[in-house]
Amino acid sequence: MKFLLALLFCASAFAQHDPLRGPAPVDEVGRPAPLVNAENNDRKRTRSYAMQPPTIPHKTDNYQVDKYANKCLDCHARTRAADTQATPISITHYQDRDGTFLADVSPRRYFCEQCHVVQMETKPPVGNRFRDVDQLVRGQAKPPAKK
Amino acid sequence: MRNLLRRYWRALWRPSAYYSLGFLTIGGFVAGVVFWGAFNTALEATNTEKFCITCHVMRDNVYQEIQPTIHFTNRSGVRAKCPDCHVPKDWTHKIARKMQASKEVWGYIFRTIHTREKFLAKRKELAEREWARMKANDSLECRNCHDLDSMDFTRQSQRARNEHSRELQTGQKTCIDCHKGIAHRLPDMARQ
Repeated sequence: MKFLLALLFCASAFAQHDPLRGPAPVDEVGRPAPLVNAENNDRKRTRSYAMQPPTIPHKTDNYQVDKYANKCLDCHARTRAADTQATPISITHYQDRDGTFLADVSPRRYFCEQCHVVQMETKPPVGNRFRDVDQLVRGQAKPPAKK
Repeated sequence: MRNLLRRYWRALWRPSAYYSLGFLTIGGFVAGVVFWGAFNTALEATNTEKFCITCHVMRDNVYQEIQPTIHFTNRSGVRAKCPDCHVPKDWTHKIARKMQASKEVWGYIFRTIHTREKFLAKRKELAEREWARMKANDSLECRNCHDLDSMDFTRQSQRARNEHSRELQTGQKTCIDCHKGIAHRLPDMARQ
Protein backbone atom coordinates (compact mmCIF):
# COMPACT_ATOMS: atom_id res chain seq x y z
CA MET A 1 0.00 0.00 0.00
CA LYS A 2 2.76 2.34 0.99
CA PHE A 3 4.61 1.49 -2.17
CA LEU A 4 1.53 2.12 -4.27
CA LEU A 5 1.00 5.50 -2.67
CA ALA A 6 4.61 6.45 -3.25
CA LEU A 7 4.31 5.35 -6.86
CA LEU A 8 1.15 7.37 -7.30
CA PHE A 9 2.81 10.40 -5.75
CA CYS A 10 5.82 10.14 -8.02
CA ALA A 11 3.66 9.61 -11.08
CA SER A 12 1.51 12.61 -10.28
CA ALA A 13 4.59 14.70 -9.57
CA PHE A 14 5.94 13.92 -13.01
CA ALA A 15 2.66 14.12 -14.86
CA GLN A 16 1.37 17.39 -13.47
CA HIS A 17 2.71 20.80 -13.05
CA ASP A 18 1.11 24.06 -12.20
CA PRO A 19 0.20 25.65 -15.55
CA LEU A 20 0.87 29.12 -14.19
CA ARG A 21 4.34 28.23 -12.93
CA GLY A 22 5.31 26.02 -15.82
CA PRO A 23 7.59 23.03 -15.43
CA ALA A 24 10.05 24.84 -13.15
CA PRO A 25 11.00 22.87 -10.02
CA VAL A 26 9.63 24.22 -6.75
CA ASP A 27 12.96 25.61 -5.65
CA GLU A 28 13.36 27.64 -8.82
CA VAL A 29 11.49 30.57 -10.22
CA GLY A 30 9.50 29.80 -13.33
CA ARG A 31 9.94 31.75 -16.52
CA PRO A 32 7.04 34.17 -16.79
CA ALA A 33 5.08 34.34 -20.00
CA PRO A 34 6.07 37.25 -22.24
CA LEU A 35 4.03 40.41 -21.79
CA VAL A 36 1.68 41.31 -24.60
CA ASN A 37 -0.18 44.47 -25.41
CA ALA A 38 -3.84 44.76 -24.58
CA GLU A 39 -6.32 44.50 -27.43
CA ASN A 40 -7.00 47.93 -28.87
CA ASN A 41 -9.46 47.39 -31.70
CA ASP A 42 -12.51 49.06 -30.14
CA ARG A 43 -14.69 46.09 -31.01
CA LYS A 44 -17.08 44.91 -28.33
CA ARG A 45 -16.71 41.27 -27.34
CA THR A 46 -19.65 38.98 -26.69
CA ARG A 47 -20.57 38.76 -23.05
CA SER A 48 -20.34 35.21 -21.80
CA TYR A 49 -23.37 35.68 -19.60
CA ALA A 50 -25.97 38.42 -19.29
CA MET A 51 -24.59 40.08 -16.17
CA GLN A 52 -20.95 39.95 -17.21
CA PRO A 53 -19.23 43.31 -16.92
CA PRO A 54 -18.32 44.13 -20.51
CA THR A 55 -14.62 43.84 -21.27
CA ILE A 56 -12.56 46.84 -22.28
CA PRO A 57 -11.74 46.83 -26.01
CA HIS A 58 -8.89 49.32 -25.76
CA LYS A 59 -5.63 49.97 -23.95
CA THR A 60 -5.81 51.50 -20.51
CA ASP A 61 -2.11 51.88 -19.80
CA ASN A 62 -1.46 54.41 -17.06
CA TYR A 63 -5.09 55.38 -16.73
CA GLN A 64 -5.43 57.15 -13.41
CA VAL A 65 -8.30 55.95 -11.28
CA ASP A 66 -7.94 57.16 -7.72
CA LYS A 67 -9.52 59.59 -5.33
CA TYR A 68 -8.31 62.52 -7.40
CA ALA A 69 -9.38 61.57 -10.89
CA ASN A 70 -11.00 58.86 -12.95
CA LYS A 71 -9.63 58.65 -16.47
CA CYS A 72 -12.31 56.21 -17.61
CA LEU A 73 -15.05 58.69 -16.80
CA ASP A 74 -13.38 61.29 -19.01
CA CYS A 75 -15.15 59.48 -21.83
CA HIS A 76 -17.63 57.08 -20.25
CA ALA A 77 -19.38 59.52 -17.94
CA ARG A 78 -22.99 60.28 -18.76
CA THR A 79 -22.19 63.86 -19.62
CA ARG A 80 -19.29 62.98 -21.92
CA ALA A 81 -21.00 60.33 -24.03
CA ALA A 82 -22.25 62.71 -26.72
CA ASP A 83 -18.77 64.11 -27.31
CA THR A 84 -16.84 60.90 -27.23
CA GLN A 85 -19.42 58.33 -28.41
CA ALA A 86 -18.13 56.01 -25.71
CA THR A 87 -20.60 53.71 -24.01
CA PRO A 88 -21.92 55.62 -21.01
CA ILE A 89 -21.77 53.68 -17.77
CA SER A 90 -24.98 51.85 -16.98
CA ILE A 91 -27.66 53.10 -14.64
CA THR A 92 -26.78 50.41 -12.11
CA HIS A 93 -23.58 52.33 -11.43
CA TYR A 94 -25.58 55.17 -9.93
CA GLN A 95 -27.25 52.97 -7.34
CA ASP A 96 -25.98 52.58 -3.84
CA ARG A 97 -26.31 49.24 -2.11
CA ASP A 98 -29.89 49.98 -1.05
CA GLY A 99 -30.90 50.56 -4.64
CA THR A 100 -31.26 54.30 -4.24
CA PHE A 101 -30.26 56.28 -7.29
CA LEU A 102 -27.55 58.86 -6.77
CA ALA A 103 -26.72 61.90 -8.87
CA ASP A 104 -23.28 60.60 -9.75
CA VAL A 105 -21.37 57.34 -9.83
CA SER A 106 -21.80 55.34 -6.66
CA PRO A 107 -18.55 55.09 -4.71
CA ARG A 108 -18.81 51.30 -4.79
CA ARG A 109 -18.75 51.42 -8.61
CA TYR A 110 -15.99 53.96 -8.90
CA PHE A 111 -13.05 51.65 -9.49
CA CYS A 112 -13.83 50.49 -13.00
CA GLU A 113 -11.10 47.91 -13.33
CA GLN A 114 -12.38 45.91 -10.40
CA CYS A 115 -14.88 44.47 -12.88
CA HIS A 116 -14.02 45.71 -16.37
CA VAL A 117 -10.73 44.44 -17.70
CA VAL A 118 -8.68 44.72 -20.86
CA GLN A 119 -8.25 41.65 -23.02
CA MET A 120 -5.06 40.12 -24.31
CA GLU A 121 -4.55 37.75 -27.18
CA THR A 122 -2.89 34.92 -25.29
CA LYS A 123 -3.39 31.22 -24.80
CA PRO A 124 -5.09 30.73 -21.41
CA PRO A 125 -2.68 28.88 -19.11
CA VAL A 126 -5.56 27.07 -17.44
CA GLY A 127 -8.31 25.25 -19.32
CA ASN A 128 -11.91 26.31 -18.96
CA ARG A 129 -15.07 24.27 -19.49
CA PHE A 130 -17.46 27.19 -19.19
CA ARG A 131 -20.45 27.04 -21.49
CA ASP A 132 -22.79 29.84 -22.43
CA VAL A 133 -26.29 29.44 -21.00
CA ASP A 134 -27.74 29.61 -24.50
CA GLN A 135 -25.71 26.59 -25.48
CA LEU A 136 -26.88 24.73 -22.40
CA VAL A 137 -30.52 25.61 -22.86
CA ARG A 138 -30.67 24.75 -26.51
CA GLY A 139 -28.78 21.55 -25.92
CA GLN A 140 -26.61 22.35 -28.86
CA ALA A 141 -23.52 22.39 -26.79
CA LYS A 142 -20.61 20.58 -28.26
CA PRO A 143 -18.33 18.85 -25.77
CA PRO A 144 -15.77 21.39 -24.55
CA ALA A 145 -12.79 21.67 -26.83
CA LYS A 146 -9.65 20.03 -25.51
CA LYS A 147 -6.87 22.51 -24.93
CA MET B 1 27.96 106.09 1.27
CA ARG B 2 25.91 108.60 -0.73
CA ASN B 3 29.03 110.60 -1.52
CA LEU B 4 30.85 107.49 -2.67
CA LEU B 5 28.02 106.58 -5.01
CA ARG B 6 27.87 110.14 -6.32
CA ARG B 7 31.60 110.07 -7.05
CA TYR B 8 31.35 106.84 -9.07
CA TRP B 9 28.25 108.07 -10.87
CA ARG B 10 30.08 111.23 -11.95
CA ALA B 11 33.18 109.25 -12.99
CA LEU B 12 30.98 107.07 -15.17
CA TRP B 13 29.92 110.01 -17.29
CA ARG B 14 33.34 111.66 -17.68
CA PRO B 15 35.68 110.76 -20.55
CA SER B 16 38.31 108.24 -19.59
CA ALA B 17 41.56 109.97 -18.71
CA TYR B 18 43.61 106.83 -18.15
CA TYR B 19 42.45 103.90 -20.35
CA SER B 20 42.78 104.07 -24.11
CA LEU B 21 39.72 104.10 -26.34
CA GLY B 22 40.91 100.85 -27.96
CA PHE B 23 41.21 99.09 -24.63
CA LEU B 24 37.75 100.19 -23.59
CA THR B 25 36.18 99.20 -26.91
CA ILE B 26 37.88 95.84 -27.36
CA GLY B 27 37.86 95.10 -23.62
CA GLY B 28 34.18 95.95 -23.47
CA PHE B 29 33.49 93.67 -26.42
CA VAL B 30 35.43 90.76 -24.91
CA ALA B 31 33.80 91.28 -21.53
CA GLY B 32 30.44 91.31 -23.28
CA VAL B 33 31.15 88.02 -25.02
CA VAL B 34 32.29 86.43 -21.78
CA PHE B 35 29.26 87.74 -19.91
CA TRP B 36 26.86 86.60 -22.60
CA GLY B 37 28.45 83.17 -22.81
CA ALA B 38 28.35 82.74 -19.06
CA PHE B 39 24.75 83.93 -18.92
CA ASN B 40 23.62 81.50 -21.58
CA THR B 41 25.61 78.62 -20.11
CA ALA B 42 24.06 79.23 -16.70
CA LEU B 43 20.64 79.57 -18.31
CA GLU B 44 21.01 76.31 -20.17
CA ALA B 45 22.26 74.59 -17.03
CA THR B 46 18.91 75.37 -15.41
CA ASN B 47 17.16 73.80 -18.39
CA THR B 48 18.21 70.26 -17.66
CA GLU B 49 16.44 67.39 -15.99
CA LYS B 50 19.47 67.01 -13.76
CA PHE B 51 18.96 70.53 -12.44
CA CYS B 52 15.21 70.07 -11.95
CA ILE B 53 15.61 67.00 -9.78
CA THR B 54 18.24 68.54 -7.55
CA CYS B 55 15.18 69.89 -5.76
CA HIS B 56 13.46 67.20 -3.71
CA VAL B 57 9.99 68.51 -4.51
CA MET B 58 10.55 67.71 -8.19
CA ARG B 59 12.51 64.54 -7.56
CA ASP B 60 10.09 62.96 -5.10
CA ASN B 61 6.84 63.96 -6.75
CA VAL B 62 6.65 64.72 -10.44
CA TYR B 63 9.86 62.92 -11.41
CA GLN B 64 8.63 59.72 -9.79
CA GLU B 65 5.34 60.03 -11.60
CA ILE B 66 6.72 60.44 -15.09
CA GLN B 67 8.82 57.30 -14.89
CA PRO B 68 6.15 54.69 -15.70
CA THR B 69 4.62 56.83 -18.44
CA ILE B 70 5.26 56.52 -22.15
CA HIS B 71 7.30 59.71 -22.21
CA PHE B 72 9.93 58.15 -19.96
CA THR B 73 9.76 54.40 -20.44
CA ASN B 74 9.06 53.13 -23.91
CA ARG B 75 10.16 50.64 -26.53
CA SER B 76 12.13 53.02 -28.73
CA GLY B 77 14.16 54.83 -26.10
CA VAL B 78 13.10 58.36 -26.94
CA ARG B 79 12.60 60.29 -23.76
CA ALA B 80 10.97 63.63 -23.11
CA LYS B 81 12.76 65.35 -20.26
CA CYS B 82 11.42 68.13 -18.04
CA PRO B 83 12.50 71.12 -20.19
CA ASP B 84 11.19 69.51 -23.40
CA CYS B 85 7.67 70.16 -22.16
CA HIS B 86 8.08 72.87 -19.57
CA VAL B 87 10.54 75.31 -21.16
CA PRO B 88 9.86 76.95 -24.54
CA LYS B 89 12.59 76.39 -27.11
CA ASP B 90 12.91 79.82 -28.73
CA TRP B 91 14.77 82.51 -26.88
CA THR B 92 12.12 85.19 -26.30
CA HIS B 93 9.58 82.82 -24.84
CA LYS B 94 12.24 81.00 -22.90
CA ILE B 95 13.31 84.24 -21.19
CA ALA B 96 9.68 85.14 -20.53
CA ARG B 97 9.15 81.73 -18.92
CA LYS B 98 12.36 82.12 -16.92
CA MET B 99 11.11 85.42 -15.55
CA GLN B 100 7.91 83.76 -14.44
CA ALA B 101 10.00 81.03 -12.91
CA SER B 102 11.41 83.56 -10.46
CA LYS B 103 8.22 82.89 -8.53
CA GLU B 104 9.30 79.27 -8.33
CA VAL B 105 12.55 80.40 -6.75
CA TRP B 106 10.43 82.30 -4.22
CA GLY B 107 8.46 79.11 -3.58
CA TYR B 108 11.67 77.16 -3.20
CA ILE B 109 13.10 79.60 -0.65
CA PHE B 110 9.90 79.92 1.35
CA ARG B 111 9.06 76.21 1.08
CA THR B 112 5.64 76.65 -0.49
CA ILE B 113 5.36 73.01 -1.55
CA HIS B 114 8.07 71.63 0.65
CA THR B 115 6.17 68.54 1.84
CA ARG B 116 4.09 65.98 -0.01
CA GLU B 117 0.94 67.28 1.68
CA LYS B 118 1.64 70.87 0.72
CA PHE B 119 2.39 69.79 -2.81
CA LEU B 120 -0.84 67.83 -3.14
CA ALA B 121 -2.83 70.71 -1.70
CA LYS B 122 -1.39 73.08 -4.27
CA ARG B 123 -1.26 70.64 -7.13
CA LYS B 124 -4.48 71.71 -8.81
CA GLU B 125 -3.36 75.32 -9.00
CA LEU B 126 0.04 74.33 -10.38
CA ALA B 127 -1.43 71.96 -12.94
CA GLU B 128 -4.00 74.47 -14.09
CA ARG B 129 -1.31 77.06 -14.64
CA GLU B 130 0.59 74.65 -16.86
CA TRP B 131 -2.58 73.64 -18.73
CA ALA B 132 -3.46 77.28 -19.33
CA ARG B 133 0.03 77.94 -20.65
CA MET B 134 -0.16 75.02 -23.06
CA LYS B 135 -3.65 75.91 -24.15
CA ALA B 136 -2.51 79.47 -24.87
CA ASN B 137 0.42 78.41 -27.06
CA ASP B 138 -1.63 75.72 -28.83
CA SER B 139 0.30 72.92 -27.10
CA LEU B 140 3.53 74.06 -28.70
CA GLU B 141 5.70 71.82 -26.55
CA CYS B 142 3.68 68.76 -27.59
CA ARG B 143 3.90 69.76 -31.22
CA ASN B 144 7.66 70.18 -31.10
CA CYS B 145 7.71 66.39 -31.42
CA HIS B 146 4.13 65.41 -32.31
CA ASP B 147 3.62 67.34 -35.52
CA LEU B 148 0.08 67.12 -36.87
CA ASP B 149 1.29 67.13 -40.47
CA SER B 150 3.53 64.14 -39.78
CA MET B 151 0.82 62.09 -38.12
CA ASP B 152 -0.38 59.07 -40.04
CA PHE B 153 -3.99 58.77 -38.93
CA THR B 154 -4.29 55.38 -40.60
CA ARG B 155 -1.76 54.01 -38.11
CA GLN B 156 -3.80 55.26 -35.17
CA SER B 157 -6.54 53.40 -33.40
CA GLN B 158 -10.10 54.05 -34.49
CA ARG B 159 -10.82 56.27 -31.52
CA ALA B 160 -7.67 58.32 -31.87
CA ARG B 161 -8.29 58.75 -35.58
CA ASN B 162 -11.84 59.96 -35.00
CA GLU B 163 -10.93 62.46 -32.34
CA HIS B 164 -7.86 63.76 -34.12
CA SER B 165 -9.57 64.31 -37.45
CA ARG B 166 -12.73 65.71 -35.90
CA GLU B 167 -11.31 68.03 -33.29
CA LEU B 168 -7.56 68.42 -33.56
CA GLN B 169 -7.30 68.88 -37.29
CA THR B 170 -10.15 71.36 -37.38
CA GLY B 171 -8.46 73.37 -34.65
CA GLN B 172 -11.39 73.07 -32.26
CA LYS B 173 -9.17 71.55 -29.65
CA THR B 174 -5.49 71.41 -28.88
CA CYS B 175 -3.46 68.51 -27.51
CA ILE B 176 -3.72 69.47 -23.85
CA ASP B 177 -7.54 69.63 -23.97
CA CYS B 178 -7.67 65.84 -23.96
CA HIS B 179 -4.18 64.71 -23.00
CA LYS B 180 -4.04 65.95 -19.44
CA GLY B 181 -2.33 63.90 -16.80
CA ILE B 182 -0.35 61.80 -19.26
CA ALA B 183 3.06 62.57 -17.83
CA HIS B 184 2.15 63.32 -14.21
CA ARG B 185 -0.73 62.31 -11.98
CA LEU B 186 -3.86 64.42 -12.13
CA PRO B 187 -4.81 66.73 -9.26
CA ASP B 188 -8.15 66.44 -7.52
CA MET B 189 -10.38 67.03 -10.52
CA ALA B 190 -13.61 67.19 -8.54
CA ARG B 191 -12.45 70.05 -6.35
CA GLN B 192 -13.10 73.53 -7.65
